[in-house]
Amino acid sequence: QSTLVIAEHENNALSPITRNAISAAKKLGGDVTCLVAGEQCGNVVSELSKASGVAKILVAESELFKGRLPERFTPLILASQNQFNFSHIVAGASAFGKSLLPQVAAKLDVAPIGDIIEIKSPDTFVRTIYAGNALLTLKSNDAVKVITVRGTNFEADPLEGGSVSSEPIEPPADTPKDISSFIKQELSKSDRPELTAAKSGANFDMLYKLADKLNAAVGASRAAVDAGFVPNDLQVGQTGKIVAPELYIAVGISGAIQHLAGMKDSKTIVAINKDPEAPIFQVADYGLVADLFKAVPEMLEKL
Amino acid sequence: MSLRVLVGCKRVIDYAVKIRVKPDKTGVVTDGVKHSMNPFDEIAIEEAETIRTALAMGADRGLHVEVDAKEAETLSPSHVSKILAEVAKKENINLIILGKQAIDDDSNATAQMTAARLNWPQATFASKVEVKNDKLEVIREVDGGLETIEVKLPAVVSADLRLNEPRYATLPNIMKAKKKKIDKMKPSDLGVELTKHFDVLEVSEPPQREGGVKVEDVDTLIAKLKEVGRI
Repeated sequence: QSTLVIAEHENNALSPITRNAISAAKKLGGDVTCLVAGEQCGNVVSELSKASGVAKILVAESELFKGRLPERFTPLILASQNQFNFSHIVAGASAFGKSLLPQVAAKLDVAPIGDIIEIKSPDTFVRTIYAGNALLTLKSNDAVKVITVRGTNFEADPLEGGSVSSEPIEPPADTPKDISSFIKQELSKSDRPELTAAKSGANFDMLYKLADKLNAAVGASRAAVDAGFVPNDLQVGQTGKIVAPELYIAVGISGAIQHLAGMKDSKTIVAINKDPEAPIFQVADYGLVADLFKAVPEMLEKL
Repeated sequence: MSLRVLVGCKRVIDYAVKIRVKPDKTGVVTDGVKHSMNPFDEIAIEEAETIRTALAMGADRGLHVEVDAKEAETLSPSHVSKILAEVAKKENINLIILGKQAIDDDSNATAQMTAARLNWPQATFASKVEVKNDKLEVIREVDGGLETIEVKLPAVVSADLRLNEPRYATLPNIMKAKKKKIDKMKPSDLGVELTKHFDVLEVSEPPQREGGVKVEDVDTLIAKLKEVGRI
């Protein structure tokens, strides 16, 4: 038994969810190998090389991997799989991992196992269905398990105490170059902590002020994103981000099941809503029935 | 370039229904529960319709690939992607638009797997699609914001929430739709075997959060949060 972890990275730094994927891989047992593919991966490889319990790092450096197109990553992963015969292939359940791993699974003719929240044994996993309103425990019959991991359910690997060696691998010659191309990325810029790695989520101007006071991230409901108040990447919920911060302050959030799916694992939930019947109060540790336009400024003043 | 578009649709428990797990933990209660089209698939259809109108081209018909009730229970994106890929080949399709995920199993895999089986490029989580000759320029929703890619046709697109706003089906259109031709076939007609990739061991209730307390005012809220060390 052995596991390949697909490392995700951005601007030469490892994406936090890769650390969660590594700790899930360790939980599976057996050797853990990481695959890093990108244009220039030096920093990412040196970050990863400090991980204890990782056997080796495969490094594919090429301009081909600009923009992380799945059509170009899939052949590389398949080539590594052919060479090393991993029993498990794991990535974080991010936009990148979710785009890529089902492709790999299709090529191996296995069923991908998406967004797992628990590992019961090397072939048995728990994942959420129906927006988190039911838990599915499944036993895979496939020879190779292709898995994406929900970051909030596996602690981040500390990336300490190890000294992992790396070896280069070549992208396969038949990597398709002209069926897809990356044009550009427009990332929302913020000095605040990244949503999935931060302290709380909530709704805008005064909320940004509140978030700054608490060193928190700002998240939003679908309605707020659809209305154009905030960019898409702030959406929390079934089809957006899943977060589990120490403190989640839901301001003016009614609590549709699709939204709850994205935040109900938060350690402490505070709800501020003027409607005392809002479903959000059923999951909130502390509920304040109040007009947010009065309560939030008051909080800003008193914090 | 002339386009032949295939859209996949899934019937799921309506998004507004509160899910109940069966007491024997084999699944969720579906009898007598309102079902609807998967919301993301409505977006996929709307997009196909938009592209079609833009190019003023015709022909629309339905295709129902029937699986029996027992097989349907373990039908997964692996199987559906095989079916879609075979249909695409048979029908000379060059664009497949699917919802990015179904709101029942939340798998988010069918589009990616279909693309891989056909060796076509994919544009997942699309929030804008523009046809440019034999290519599509697609804006995708990714973790940090938006990303623009170009894919060459034939291709697979998966629709995210903000790709468009699906129209409501009007009564006259529903009546018209009833007259449209729907071909029926079985997976075996397409040479697809529904191999079982996994066993469902259990479907259970998630742990419920204990209901908390209501606080009187902002002062009490701040005091409570300080007490538990959250601020």
